[in-house]
Formats: sequence, structure tokens, C-alpha cells
Amino acid sequence: MTVLDAPVEVPTRGALTSRPYQVTSVRHQTHDIVTIDVAPQQHPIAFKPGQFDMVYVYGVGEAAISISSDPAMPGLLSHTIRAVGWVTKALNDLQPGTTIGIRGPYGRPWPLQEAEGKDLVVIAGGIGMAPVRPAIVQALRHRERFGRIVLLKGARSPRDLVFRDDLDRWHADRGIDVHVTVDSAVRGWSGRVGVVTKLIPRVPFDPENSVILLCGPEVMMWFSAEALLARGVPAERIYVTLERNMKCGVGSCGHCQLGPVFLCRDGPVFSWDEVSALLDVREL
Amino acid sequence: MDAPQVEAAPATAVLPSEGVDALLAELARQGYEVRGPTLRDGVIVHDVLDHAEQLPRGVGDLQGPGRYRTTERGDDAYFGYAVGPTSAKRELFPPRQPLWSAVSVGDADFEIIEADRASPRVALFGLRPCELAAIAIQDRVLLHGAVPDEVYTANRADLLLVGVECGDPAATCFCTSMGTGPGTDRGADLLMTELLEGDHRFLVRAPTAAGAAILAALDTRPATEEDLRARDTVLREAAEGIERHLDVEPIHDLLLGNLEHPRWDDIAGRCLACGNCTLVCPTCFCTTVEDTTDLAGTSAQRERRWDSCFSLDFTHTGPASVRNTTRARYRQWLTHKLATWIDQFDTSGCVGCGRCITWCPVGIDLTVEVATIQRTSEDPAAPARS
Repeated sequence: MTVLDAPVEVPTRGALTSRPYQVTSVRHQTHDIVTIDVAPQQHPIAFKPGQFDMVYVYGVGEAAISISSDPAMPGLLSHTIRAVGWVTKALNDLQPGTTIGIRGPYGRPWPLQEAEGKDLVVIAGGIGMAPVRPAIVQALRHRERFGRIVLLKGARSPRDLVFRDDLDRWHADRGIDVHVTVDSAVRGWSGRVGVVTKLIPRVPFDPENSVILLCGPEVMMWFSAEALLARGVPAERIYVTLERNMKCGVGSCGHCQLGPVFLCRDGPVFSWDEVSALLDVREL
Repeated sequence: MDAPQVEAAPATAVLPSEGVDALLAELARQGYEVRGPTLRDGVIVHDVLDHAEQLPRGVGDLQGPGRYRTTERGDDAYFGYAVGPTSAKRELFPPRQPLWSAVSVGDADFEIIEADRASPRVALFGLRPCELAAIAIQDRVLLHGAVPDEVYTANRADLLLVGVECGDPAATCFCTSMGTGPGTDRGADLLMTELLEGDHRFLVRAPTAAGAAILAALDTRPATEEDLRARDTVLREAAEGIERHLDVEPIHDLLLGNLEHPRWDDIAGRCLACGNCTLVCPTCFCTTVEDTTDLAGTSAQRERRWDSCFSLDFTHTGPASVRNTTRARYRQWLTHKLATWIDQFDTSGCVGCGRCITWCPVGIDLTVEVATIQRTSEDPAAPARS
């Protein structure tokens, strides 16, 4: 077992009870996306890249949110949240100093260990950066274990780009090859324009010796997976993370089922060969 | 026989029909709160039982698709009916369950108060073999999963189960297809068979030590060969009276190989997406959580309640519902119950109790729907049958 796959504490008792965390800062990423940094009021709990927490706002409710911070520092926990429903809107309006409830971490993480000795290609669309960010941070910390590390990052427009600080920093980092593109540009944008899937045939990586981490809207993942398969990446080494509403996080509330799998328990990370046939069924 | 070998051979005795009151009294004396069948608003439901007069004695039932009526049997049978709408799920995994509450502290902080999980010692009385099978399935889902459910676990602890084999199944029953009834040798602490021929009496078996402790305290006599034969007759006639059938063997591949079968559209033209089937199902376990506060916001509650995959917002990605059509929601329910449940828990989610048929307001019958898909399947893995 390597450092990358250190054991994770799985909550078994009081599995549905939140632990209190204090919001230390609220960083506005875009007009509707914030990153909330929290500090535990008890001992921190280790997590792995790609796992998620159930985040509770007092009196409002709870939502499943990917952890977006560095797994090496579980005491500085961050979640990046787009305002969509009641809970995520309340999370977007939080002030530093507020207490929120968190339980987790839950779910199957990204298979970083499998990527060791191979090229690691991360493809993220929009807020899809949040669940892959811990994997990038962890891989860069153990840079020598990987071949190329490539990030393909897409956003609808420049104003929808999240984690700009990271992108600037990684642009200057020779250890990672960063490609950013937006679907539609605005005045002053000097970067690439076009959907992120268009980059896949062109960027340098070894399709036969690579592991892909893919996160974004379902349609973007479909087109990305097809482009990756066309380039010769085997389906079992293309990993996606899927999203559905969750009430429990432990495979018992039933909401996040996709055919035989519970996204929370069996995922949210799946290989493309595990889920492509399921995703192909309308309204499954 | 899967009964643990550590226990002695199950005691078998005969309890006269007048002994039911003594049995209930003994359960109470040993500290159990007894819940069992009783007639309420024309329906046999499970409720608190103090004495035998509360049992629906002489009551029968008529069940069919979308139809339930209680009847006068014209005899003194205590258990002359099949299952009603309530099941042990209501006791072990109640419709509403407090998870925890919180009180606000100052402007920005709150403190969590854990729910009290202390529960009385409960004896569930009069559960049918299909009910016992449903508890075994819920055990697998909620007790033996990676994360045991705290509500179910608390209610399941110290639970005493008194089963009653079926002598008079309903027209909606298909336990024989699911291998769950009409008789059983396990799943309960006491197993009773009501014998109406000759002296009205019960054959009582005690497969567990807790059951044997109850049985030993009752005024019984040893069972004779004749009593055992009488039980065989009751069970044989019950099995012969079961009209419905589900072809279980090919069902997993049949349903998952026919996700786009036109029959789903046909069902969707009848299904009201009301969710009744999920509420009466003894194994459906889906829940949602509701958060409430008092008016001043000084306290907040989290409560879990039964949910149904028939509601539009049950599964969504972002704000968008995943299953917009009734077709997709019925398909989710049936394929989960009969097929993907097997992938998830290595057992079917169906026990053949027929509640979903009886309590469907438009009488959709899953045995008919499955047979129709089977008959008209184009999947070579699931050959059409006549």
C-alpha cells in the first residue's frame, strides 16, 4: 500500500449524523460558484481524491459535495459548490465564522495508484474541476511517480473558469501540461476557444499507457470518452465521476441508483466500461 | 434447513385455540410489547395487541388487483386472511424517523442532539412467511450492509417474531413462486400453524431459544403425527390455492434485456405514479430527509421519511429530473425490485406478498406485466414462452 492509498476512516456509527465544522473563508469563484474552506471542530478525517462529503446547512438541509482540497491536509477542508438548489444556494450565501455540518468522506476515489508509472490525463468541464483538483494536487506532490501529467480544462466562457489561481500556478509548473479552452470567448480572452473534447486528439500523451480522470456534464463526458476511445485509450482506463442527488451517502436512501449501482457507494468514480452501457439507456 | 446447529431440535407442541390469550399474556409477562393484526377501518393492519379479542377473529379477506375487502368467514379462525397493507417495515423502519436535531448557539453556531434510539422490546405477532422473508431481505439491506442503518438496527435488536403460516392465501399472493411460503421453517422465534379441522388448535414450533422460553411457559400438549399431517394438509391446500405465478429464474436477464420494451409504455398509460406500491411493499427502503426549524430558528430537526421512486424529483442531476416519464419511473421500480436488487443484495427484492397488486389503484399486476414482457421479448437470452 502506497501513501496514495492510505486507509480511509469509514464512518459506521452515527453515519447519518453531521460533525460541526467552522467556515474559515468563502471564496467566490464565479457568479454562482464558491469554494468554502472549513476547519473541523474535532480531529480531521482523512479523505482520498474524488471522494465527497454530505454538507449540512443549519435548518436548510444537506447536499453531496465533492471535496476540492488537498488530501495531504485534511484539516483544511474545501468544498466547491454551484448554487443550484436550496442547500447549495444557502452554501453560496454563507459567511465566514458560520458552523456547518459535514459527514463523510464517502465514495470510491480516483484510482491514482493505477496511474503510477503512466501518463495521467485529467479532463474537466466547468465545476468538474472540483473533484479532480485533489487528484492533481496529490499527483504533483508525488510527481516522480507519474509520466506526463496533462490537464484539459473547459468552461462555457472565461467568466465561468474556476480555480484560476491553480491554473495560473500550474501554467508556470513544468510538471503539468495545462490546456484551457472556453466554449465562447469575450473581449480580452486570448486563450483557446472551442469545446474541451476537441483537444483530446491533439495533446501529447500515450493513449496506451495512460489513466484518464474525466469530470463534467454528462454530454461532455460522452464526447470526451468517444474521443479518447478513438485515440486508443482502453475503456477500463477512462474514469468518470457521476452525479445524482443523494440523501444518505452510504447506499441506503436509493436516490442515486443507476441500474445496479449506487453512485454514492459503488462510485462516484467509475471506469467507462463499467457505466457506459448504463448511461446509454435513456432515463435509467 | 439453515437453522443454527447449536440449538436443540425445535420444540413442537399443540396449543388449543383458547390458548392464544395466554400466549399474548406470556409475551407481555416476558417484557414484550406485542404488535399484531387487528381490524381497523375495514382493513387488517398491525397495531398494539393486549389480548386475543383484538385479533380479527372470523374475518377473511377478498383481494384482487386494486381491490381489498374484509369478509365474514363464518368460523372462528384467528388467521383466516392474507396480508393487509401494513408490514413489519412499518415497525422496523417506520414511515417517519427522527435522525437528529440541533439547537442554534449564538448567531452562527449550532449543537447537534442525537436522536434517542431506545425502543421497547417488541414482539411482532402473526407475521406470515412472506413477511418473515421480507424481514430477512431488509436485514440484508439495512443490517448487514457496509454501514448498518442505525434506526433499523435499534428496532431489530431484541425483536421477537411470532410467525403464522398461511392457510388461506389471497388471489394476489404468489409466495410459491418466490419460495417464501405458504409455510416456513425459519425466520421467527415461534412458528404457528392454525388447524381448523377437528379441534381448533395451533401447531407451535420454537426454532429459537427465545421462542422455546415462551412455548415452555404455555399450557400445551406434545404434537402427534396427526397434528403434523394436519399442518401438511393446510399448507398443501394453501399452496394449491395460489393462483398467481412469477417465472423467477430468467427474470434478471429478461427485464434488464428489455429496458426499451414497448410494454413499459403500455404500463405507463395506466400507472398513476402514485407510489402506493412502494409504500405497501415490505422491502422498499428508499427514503428522503426533511429539514425543519421552529419559527424562530432556534431549533432544527432532521427527519427521514419513506420516499418513492415514483416521484418526479426522486432522482435528479443538478436541477433536472432523471426520470421524467412514468414509463421510466415504473421501469425503475420493477427492474430494481426484481432484477438489480439481485445485483445489489444477492436476493430478489420481492417476496410474492401481492400487496403492490392489491393496493394499486388501477390494479397493475407485476406478474402479468413480467409475463407479457416475457411472452413478447425479442431478446434471444429470454426466449418467448406461450
